[in-house]
Amino acid sequence: MKIHEYQAKAILAQYGVPVPQGRLAQTPAEARAIAEELGRVVIKAQVHAGGRGKAGGIKVASTPDEAEQIARQMLGSRLVTHQTGPEGVPVHSVLVEQTAEIAKELYLGVVIDSAAALSVIMASEAGGMEIEEVAAESPEKILRAYIDPISGYQPFQGNRLGYGMGLDTPLVRAFGALAGNLFRAFESKDCSLAEINPLVITTDGKLLALDAKLNFDDNGLFRQRDVQTLRDVSQEDALEVQAQQNGINNYIKLTGSVGCVVNGAGLAMATLDAIKLYGGDAANFLDIGTVNNVERVVGAFRQLTADPDVKAIYFNIFGGMARVDVIALGIVESYKTLNVSVPVVARLTGNAVDEGRRILAEAGIRLIEASDTADGAKKAVDAARAAE
Amino acid sequence: MSVLVGPETRLLVQGATGGEGSLHTRLCKEYGTNVVAGVTPGREGQDVAGVPVFNTVEKAVRETGANTSIIFVPAAFATDAMYEAIYAGIKLVVCITDGTPTLDMVRVRRMIRGTETIVIGPNCPGLISPGKAKVGIMPADAFRPGNVGMVTRSGTLLYDAAAQITAQGLGQSTAIGIGGDPIVGTTMIQALTWHSQDPECEAIVLIGEIGGTAEQEAAEYIKSEVKKPVVAFIAGASAPPGRRMGHAGAIISGGRGTAAEKKAALTAAGVVVTDNPAEIGLTAKRVLESRR
Repeated sequence: MKIHEYQAKAILAQYGVPVPQGRLAQTPAEARAIAEELGRVVIKAQVHAGGRGKAGGIKVASTPDEAEQIARQMLGSRLVTHQTGPEGVPVHSVLVEQTAEIAKELYLGVVIDSAAALSVIMASEAGGMEIEEVAAESPEKILRAYIDPISGYQPFQGNRLGYGMGLDTPLVRAFGALAGNLFRAFESKDCSLAEINPLVITTDGKLLALDAKLNFDDNGLFRQRDVQTLRDVSQEDALEVQAQQNGINNYIKLTGSVGCVVNGAGLAMATLDAIKLYGGDAANFLDIGTVNNVERVVGAFRQLTADPDVKAIYFNIFGGMARVDVIALGIVESYKTLNVSVPVVARLTGNAVDEGRRILAEAGIRLIEASDTADGAKKAVDAARAAE
Repeated sequence: MSVLVGPETRLLVQGATGGEGSLHTRLCKEYGTNVVAGVTPGREGQDVAGVPVFNTVEKAVRETGANTSIIFVPAAFATDAMYEAIYAGIKLVVCITDGTPTLDMVRVRRMIRGTETIVIGPNCPGLISPGKAKVGIMPADAFRPGNVGMVTRSGTLLYDAAAQITAQGLGQSTAIGIGGDPIVGTTMIQALTWHSQDPECEAIVLIGEIGGTAEQEAAEYIKSEVKKPVVAFIAGASAPPGRRMGHAGAIISGGRGTAAEKKAALTAAGVVVTDNPAEIGLTAKRVLESRR
């Protein structure tokens, strides 16, 4: 789960991380008022995507007039960055912040290193850039401190990182404390990423988190009630939000014409691959999971039939925990209650398959039958092509 | 592979009285696994499919000598269930549950480091040594005793590939689903080590997916340590970057963890990689035949 910069800064401030003075504005008048208070400010579009600067989503305002103007231009617009699709994301609020006198830009982040099975703090003098670029071009510039879950973060680790970046002793101490605070926030909130880029050293020698990003482990949300309330669905794909309302939690909208319903993420990915192998493209990824209720099958059909990109539907079900007879009942119910006008290819095998076939036959529903993942993919691609 | 599961397995089911727990207590027992106990706090004295239920793992172990555990407890309590089994001295803990926080697995892995306790999963289908024992949720019909060792991150793809292998007239020595999360209790390399050491295993089928570096690390290990032929399929070649494809661990991040990268590493290690998920069984058969 993602949150906005202003929310990340509010959380980090609670953990003792220094952030710039600033407030959220949802109208141009509010932006003006904050600028009147703070002086020279930077107006930052609050969206769940990076690359705002290059897209015109971060602008400096020297006067309250300018602040109001810039805010008016940003608010209500859609920002298109290299991290959004061409349709961009809506800007409903802007963060109006005091500008800083920057002497140096650093990078500081915490992630989980799955190979090491440990949290790791990463720091670099190459701040203010995409860290992935730094990792690709000058990996030696990234310092790492792995955190043992038993002992936790130790001050000597802050020293290693701080002196490693060439900071002088007072700054090393301040940096070490800040890194420890960032890690505490990361761990307490079940983050998947906690990033301050850039972490600046101001001209008067202070550390300041100029930008902050916190991503949360979806699996940890059940124990992070206050984080859950920070969700902003306006920043998410509308179809994906709709899928959740249809009871489908693992749905990703793609750009092709073959709609997919598969049980199990691995098999679902393999199904997308098979569709590609046969010259087609999937309209979506959908892992229907362990289907033991008819409503979820109907939900999947509702989701796919509402997508105009879908020209054919491919059901690939290997019944293990999932029962094919329940799937069949769901398909029958879907044909009854929805308008299913596209061809449906079904590869149904495993647990209760004979019962499932009987249910479909008795309801008079004829699907295009497939014998395995590849056979189904080929038939679905052909059906979608014929429909176009 | 009776090192892991077989006739000496005494299985305890955590969450035995729940919907999934009770179903699989019965199915594992029907398969022939020695299911000796169930654990659900507050339900001691009940039984599930003839298996006695206890309030705690500790008591169940004391009364029945259980040595293996399978966990069906909901995500919010699954980590606690893993800890409980580990504390009680269970040496093989298989966690089926999907949805445990990643940071919890950082702690579980640290806890078992240097011990002989094995944790498989979470978010996995479990493991099966066909004809001997099933400690998992896989459909029994897809499997039969044979000489192909399997290791996968995915559940249904494991079943699909196993069914293909069985349809080719082959069978599985042991099939292990290590789970779809970014941090799991047992790595791919560990599973490959077991298959390498298992005299019943003559070929290995590895099924991976996008995200992380498990397959790349496995490739390095295979190159230097694995003498048996390996066949692989990597799911997610067509997945868009930056998106979590169902499994918490299936995400291409910063350009790393792509299927192409994994396939290249495996091919360089001498693994036969197939791009077609419906040809895994066929490829395994060809590889075994070419060895004769």
